[in-house]
Amino acid sequence: MSTDPMTLELAGQPFLRGLSPSHLAELAACATVISFPAGQHIFREGDPAASFFILRRGRVALQLDVPGRGVTTIQTVGEGDVLGWSWLFPPYRWQFDATAMDLTRAVALDADCLRRTMEADHELGYLLMRRFAQTISDRLQATRLQMLDVYGHASNR
Amino acid sequence: MLQTASAAAAVDPMAIRRFTVGRIRRETRDTVTLELHPVDGLGLPFAPGQFTMLYPFGAGEVPISISGDAARPETLVHTVRAVGAATRAICALRPGEMLGVRGPFGRGWPVVEAEGSDVLVAAGGIGLAPLRPALYALLAGRERYGSITLLYGARTPTDLLYTRELERWRGRFDLDVEVTVDRGDGGWHGNVGVVTRLMDRARFDPAHTVALMCGPEIMMRFTVRELERVGVTDDRVYLSMERNMRCGVGLCGHCQFGSRFVCLDGPVFRYDEVRPAIGIQEL
Repeated sequence: MSTDPMTLELAGQPFLRGLSPSHLAELAACATVISFPAGQHIFREGDPAASFFILRRGRVALQLDVPGRGVTTIQTVGEGDVLGWSWLFPPYRWQFDATAMDLTRAVALDADCLRRTMEADHELGYLLMRRFAQTISDRLQATRLQMLDVYGHASNR
Repeated sequence: MLQTASAAAAVDPMAIRRFTVGRIRRETRDTVTLELHPVDGLGLPFAPGQFTMLYPFGAGEVPISISGDAARPETLVHTVRAVGAATRAICALRPGEMLGVRGPFGRGWPVVEAEGSDVLVAAGGIGLAPLRPALYALLAGRERYGSITLLYGARTPTDLLYTRELERWRGRFDLDVEVTVDRGDGGWHGNVGVVTRLMDRARFDPAHTVALMCGPEIMMRFTVRELERVGVTDDRVYLSMERNMRCGVGLCGHCQFGSRFVCLDGPVFRYDEVRPAIGIQEL
């Protein structure tokens, strides 16, 4: 059992639940703890996607600046959620803005380091990709529901 | 002791009682909450989750779930959204005006059966109205339940019902409240996203949880899937179905749902009872 604080920190994250101690140690080598005050931009659309975040506390708004409508929040994510997967796919640039809504603490994993690690250890790479695929699928499903505007035709009872 | 009209309603469910409109609260652009007082002075006892047939004179009759406190049967409370002729007429009523009421009808939420369990309440849009009496009952008997969580989703911040009450509930230490909207606005600092995304934030023991839900049917279908994912089985999930109730007593067949009548066997059903029929478009 590892006593490395970062490995222990990662072991407690729902997104990484079930990974072996050696895999967690590999990830810990890419990780740092970071915090953002309320209102701070965590990243901006079009910037290089250099990190991936696991939120430990606080909430983050994913936003787009829509002409004529201003900054629009598409979705919020909170404690235990992962933030960002643009670092996984070329051209490795953020597709949204992310802004801390509250004081937010996160584990940040360096994207270069993570890609190298996943390439070198395909088993870890596969386990992480499965988790990302699940997250992307869940968010896609949620977005579809959001687009349906279901409450517009809600029950009158 | 308060006299009630339960005996009279049991004898003749078709009898219309007159109620006077008392206080009116505008909840959203098209939704109001009305307090109704019986002209005969007799209360209208009901179980959380039951509905009445409201009759705005000359504009038809419409089934509306009761949204008040079952511990206060002297005041009948309904939250009504103006979507058709009858509901528009109800929403246009002013204090002192009158309307007819039949009921209460149907099977309500399993607030007694849920004792000893964690309770997860998932509401979408105006679906919070039928669930509010259940929340009142759960909170009145708070010590008899484990954790109680309310997950509530609406279209926009201005579509949220009972905002003052939600704020009060959020301030309680014995109730977890998570609210989300599909589209935020500049002044909204809460969650944005569908209600199913709140599930992972709720703290409950899936094996010992009873889930109550009401909202658009598609929202309930996806919520059931999320509950299944986290380990809440179908026989512990209850939902309130919306169908075209007319008579309220299972005679006319308007609300037939497979082998069941929503007015009589529902509107609250255990999910495993209706699961086979819920995906059939013709029903």
